Amino acid sequence: MKGDWRVVFVALALSMAGSIASFADAPGDPQPVNQTGGLWTAKDGSPTYRISKDGTVDWGTFIGFLRYNDTCMRCHGPDGDGSSYAPALAKSLKAIDYSQFIADVAAGIKSVNTAQQLVMPALGDDKNVMCFISEIYSYLRARSTDALGRGRPEKHDPSPAGFDDASYKCLGIPQ
Amino acid sequence: MRYAARWIGVALCAFAGATLIAPPTVAQGTSGTATPQKSSTQKTGSTASPSESLTAAAANPNNWAIPTLDYANTRYSHLNQINSSNASRLQVAWTFSTGVLRGHEGQPLVIGNVMYLVTPFPNNVFALDLNNNERILWQYTPTQNPDVIPVMCCDTVNRGVAYGDGKIILHQADNTVVALDAQTGKEAWKTALASYKEGATGTEAPLVIGNKVIVGVSGGEYGVQGFLAALDINDGKVLWKAFSEGPDDQILFDANTTSLGKPVGADSSVKTWKGDQWKIGGGDTWGWYSYDPKLNLLYYGSGNPSTWNPNQRPGDNKWSMTIFARNPDTGVAKWVYQMTPHDQWDYDGVNEMILADLPVNGQTVPTLVHFDRNGFAYVLNRANGELIAAHKFDPAVNWASGIDMNKSSPNYGRPEVDDKYAPGSRGVNVNYTGICPAALGSKDEQPAAYDPVTHLFYVPTNHVCMDYEPYPVAYSAGQPYVGATLSMFPGPGGYMGRFIAMDPVTGKTTWEINDQFSDWGGALATAGNVVFYGTLKGYLRAVDAKTGKVLYEFKTPSGIIGNVMTYMHDGKQYVAVLSGVGGWAGIGLAAGLTDPHAGLGAVGGYAALKNYTTLGGQLTVFALPGS
Repeated sequence: MKGDWRVVFVALALSMAGSIASFADAPGDPQPVNQTGGLWTAKDGSPTYRISKDGTVDWGTFIGFLRYNDTCMRCHGPDGDGSSYAPALAKSLKAIDYSQFIADVAAGIKSVNTAQQLVMPALGDDKNVMCFISEIYSYLRARSTDALGRGRPEKHDPSPAGFDDASYKCLGIPQ
Repeated sequence: MRYAARWIGVALCAFAGATLIAPPTVAQGTSGTATPQKSSTQKTGSTASPSESLTAAAANPNNWAIPTLDYANTRYSHLNQINSSNASRLQVAWTFSTGVLRGHEGQPLVIGNVMYLVTPFPNNVFALDLNNNERILWQYTPTQNPDVIPVMCCDTVNRGVAYGDGKIILHQADNTVVALDAQTGKEAWKTALASYKEGATGTEAPLVIGNKVIVGVSGGEYGVQGFLAALDINDGKVLWKAFSEGPDDQILFDANTTSLGKPVGADSSVKTWKGDQWKIGGGDTWGWYSYDPKLNLLYYGSGNPSTWNPNQRPGDNKWSMTIFARNPDTGVAKWVYQMTPHDQWDYDGVNEMILADLPVNGQTVPTLVHFDRNGFAYVLNRANGELIAAHKFDPAVNWASGIDMNKSSPNYGRPEVDDKYAPGSRGVNVNYTGICPAALGSKDEQPAAYDPVTHLFYVPTNHVCMDYEPYPVAYSAGQPYVGATLSMFPGPGGYMGRFIAMDPVTGKTTWEINDQFSDWGGALATAGNVVFYGTLKGYLRAVDAKTGKVLYEFKTPSGIIGNVMTYMHDGKQYVAVLSGVGGWAGIGLAAGLTDPHAGLGAVGGYAALKNYTTLGGQLTVFALPGS
C-alpha cells in the first residue's frame, strides 16, 4: 500500500475521467521495473505484478487477490472471470489502463435502458477498495495477461514491514 | 458483450407507477373481465374472487395463495392429478417471458383464475388471466433508482408477492412495500421501510397474517441492523418493528422470552457485542416466514452478523443466526434459539421454518424443522423452543462435529466447533482451508418441501466447501462490509448438487440425487407422490417421492433458481417454475470453480455453469396432455 502520493494520483485520474475517450488506452508493458514497500510498478509508473519462475507472486498482487474477493467478487465472479451479469475484469483489463480503471471504480458505471439495468457502484469513498486499488489492479493485470492462473496464488512474498500498519491507518480502524 | 440485449415487450413506464396494458373493460362474459366470475360453463377450478380472505383462498387446494403455499411452509400440495404413474407424460402447457433477465427466485401465486408474479429488478408485477390464455390483466412497473442494484449482494432477486385483503403486496428492491388492488393493479398504499443508501434492500416474499403484512430486510453484507416489521394491511402503517440485535426495547424481548427453556434475561443481545457494534450488526431477515394460527406464533430466522471478519466483532453476536418465535400481534419474542454463535462462516439462519407435527419417540410433537446454512437440520418444539434433534444433513459437514444435546452441559445447544475449520481462530490474514459447507451453506434460501404422509423432507442442497481468509475492513454506511476472501470448490465426490429425502428426527437420508451444480431451486411435494425441483442447468425435474426415481425432465431456457409451484385450473393440474439463472449461484459458478488444493500444474477446474446456460426470464408451466 502506497503513501500519500496515491491520493494525488487518484485525484488526477478522477479529474481526467471526464476527458478520457470511450476507447481508453490499452495498458502498456507490464514488466516490473521498480518496487516500493513490496509493490511493483512498470516503466510508466502503473502498478504491476512480478511473478517469479517458480510461481511466487509479489505481495501487492497477492493482496490484490484477497481484496478483489472482498468487494469485487460478489459481482465480477471468482478470479475476475465474470458472473451471470458482470464482466470478466480479467478480460476488461486487456483494454483499459490504470487511470481508466481507477476512474471506473471510483465513479462507477451505469448502463440502464429498456434492455438491461447494469450498475457498477461508485466506490471512490469505499476505503476497503481504494486503500488497495493499486494492488487490486496488479492482480487483475496479472490475470488479464494470463501471467497468473485462476485460484488463490499458492506462493507469495512475505508481507513487507509496515504494510499492516499502513493498511489499518488507511482504513481508519484500530488494530 | 456477455449480455443478450432484448427488447422488453412492454415499455417500462418511466414516471407513473402502474401501467395498464388495456383498461379493464367491464364486459361480462369470457373475455375482458378483470374480475373473475363464474361463467356459464361451470368450471371445476376455484372461482374465488380476489377480494376473498386469504384464509379461504389458502384453504382451497386449487390455489397457491401464500408464497410458501401454506403458513406451515410445507410446499406440499394436496393435488394428485399428476402422480408417479403419469408424470412421465408431462408436457409444457404454456410459457410466459417475464421480460427481465437476472436471477429469478421465488414463485407465482394463483388465486382463482388469476396468476400473479413479480420479476427481478425492476420488480414488475403481472396479473395473468388463466381464463383467457394468460392475457395480462394488469401490470405494475415500479420506478426505482437503479443505484439500488449494486447494493444487492447476491443478484437482483425477488422471492415473490403476497396476497391478502384483496391486495397484492410487493416488497421492492429499494425497500418500498407496495400494496396493489388485486383486480386493477392500482396502488392502495406505499411504505418506505429502509434506505439502500444505508445498504438495506428488499428481496423476501412478505407474509400476510390477519390484518398484518410481515416484512423483513436484506443487508447482512452492509452492516444493516436487521429487523422484522408488521405493517397494517389497510394503510401500510408500521405497527411494530423488532430488530435482531440491540437493547430489549428494540429487539422486543421481555421477561418471558426464553431460549432452550430458560429466560434469556435482560440485555441478552447487547452484552454479546463489543460496544455499540450491534448497531451495524446484521442479522437480516431476508428468508421465509411461517405461522402457527393455533399457537399464534410467527417463525423466522436472522442472518449473519456483520462483518465476515469475526475478529472485528467479538462475542456471540446475539441474536444473529437465530430462530425467532414471535407473537405477530405485538412482535414480542416468545422463544429464540441461536444456532451459530459468533459466526465465522456466514451461515445465515434465514432458511424456511417448516412447521410439522412429527412422531418423536412415539408421540406426535408440534415441531419446527429448519435446514440451516450450517449443515444441521434442527428440529425444535415450536410451542416452547425445546431442542429435539440436530443432525447433519450432509455428511461432508466438518466445521462442527455436532450440536451439544446434553441439557446439563454449559454448552447445551451450541455447536461443537472444530477450530481447524473456524476462520479467525488463529488470527486474521490466515487462510482456513477445507471448510464444509461453504458460506452459501449446505442449503441456502431455496426451500425444502415436507410430505405429511411420508414424514419425509425433500431438500435441495449445496455440496460445496471453501477456504476462508478473514482480514480487517472499515464500515461506511451503504458500502459493503465484508472482510473475507472465499474460494469455493465442490465437496467430496466432486459434485455440487445433492437433492435428498430425509427424516430430520432420525437423521436418516432415504435417497439422494447428485448433480454437477448446486440444487438452487425450491422443492414441491405433492399428494401424487411426485416431488418437483429445478436444476441450475435449467431442468425441471419430477421425481418419485418414495424412491427418488426421475420420472420426467425438461430443459427450460435458463438455469432454475425459482421454486416449483402447482395449481388447478378448469379441472387440470399445472406445475410451474421460473427460469432465469442468477443469484449467488450465478455469481460464483458462472465461470466455474477451481480446486485450490489441486496443486501446481493441475489441469483446469470444475465445469463452468456458463457452458450450460445463460441469462433468461421465463415462467414454464407443465401439465398432462389432453383436455
